[in-house]
Amino acid sequence: MSLLLIFISATVVNNFVLSYFLGICPFLGVTGRLKSAFGMGIATTFVMTLTGGITWVVYHLILVRFGVPFLQYVAYILVIASLVQVIEMFIRKSNPSLYRALGIYLPLITTNCAILGLALFATLRDYGFLQSIVYGFGAGIGFTFVMLIMAGIREELDLADVPKPFQGAAITLILAGLLALAFMGFSGLIYA
Amino acid sequence: MKTSWQLYLDLVKGLWRENPVFRLLLGMCPTLAVTTTALQGFSMGMAVVFVMILSGVAISSFRKFIPHQVRIATFTIIIATFVTITDLTLAATFPPMSKALGPYVPLIVVNCIILGRMEAFISKQPVSRSFMDALGMGLGFTLALIILGSIRELLSSGAVFGYQILTTQAAGGWFRPWVIMILPPGAFITLGILLGIINTFSRKSKVG
Repeated sequence: MSLLLIFISATVVNNFVLSYFLGICPFLGVTGRLKSAFGMGIATTFVMTLTGGITWVVYHLILVRFGVPFLQYVAYILVIASLVQVIEMFIRKSNPSLYRALGIYLPLITTNCAILGLALFATLRDYGFLQSIVYGFGAGIGFTFVMLIMAGIREELDLADVPKPFQGAAITLILAGLLALAFMGFSGLIYA
Repeated sequence: MKTSWQLYLDLVKGLWRENPVFRLLLGMCPTLAVTTTALQGFSMGMAVVFVMILSGVAISSFRKFIPHQVRIATFTIIIATFVTITDLTLAATFPPMSKALGPYVPLIVVNCIILGRMEAFISKQPVSRSFMDALGMGLGFTLALIILGSIRELLSSGAVFGYQILTTQAAGGWFRPWVIMILPPGAFITLGILLGIINTFSRKSKVG
């Protein structure tokens, strides 16, 4: 599948949050403010792009070579956890202000189901090395896109009169449903 | 002080008062993804119970030997191992269900409920309390999945667990299935409304 198609598919047609239900935890937790949503989105995109590439290498050049493809889940989660740790240390050293801005979000990315989901999907669909990287990048961009939209809506929502029991997660989920409905309009874009 | 009453409380709190999905807002991803039918929700719940109990007992037994610095990584490896076992077992014994649940079984590895409970409770408590907590949280999760799955299945096909309750128009009845319930928007909206309703009632009980 062409790289552009993979990118568009990951970004809007099969958006990771709205079609695959991945990354809901940060989606509910970090979309209160546009700034935090943006920071989380960018950090996640960065990790996802790298994960796409590295997990391809781990699967095809290590796991398959040694005949242990079933160790996929253990290997991938180790890769992701280590990657996030390394990135955190790197950012802390090289750009302290960025590190302070991202704060707690960086370690939280490890448990983001979207990262592991991305690695699993790419392996399942037998993407090549470059395709996996583009897929990761597209998924991250799509994730950031939806985070920004939701954060924008929720900032406006602060001024609205939401009933007390629905404030917080409940209204966000209902809004996500409407957003998912809107995104279904993209489904005809890829004729696969 | 381990009394049987305390163990009972550890078990029961996960079922409703601290239900992982409805109250702690953890494990949303599989909750929305696999609840297209009640049976799928039940199966996913059972898989999570299995992983939680085994990981919980393992981690609680070894809690004195796991260095603090690497505890998250250790928990994750243990959980990932049991998830691999669960996934392969499910694929071997119930292939159609394994296919239906798809990639969401391996995603149990990053299910916030499991890691969250390990970190907050199980890694600091003896095995008996950890077992009860794991079981309670797992069953609470299953309960949430069954509720959501039943609603979605009922409205999208008129059946619950495969038993036809409402006769569809295709079968000569009056009910027109709500297709939206199988699709992502239906999942989001149903869970949102459900959360709102539950919050309404728990607020009332706090005030009243």
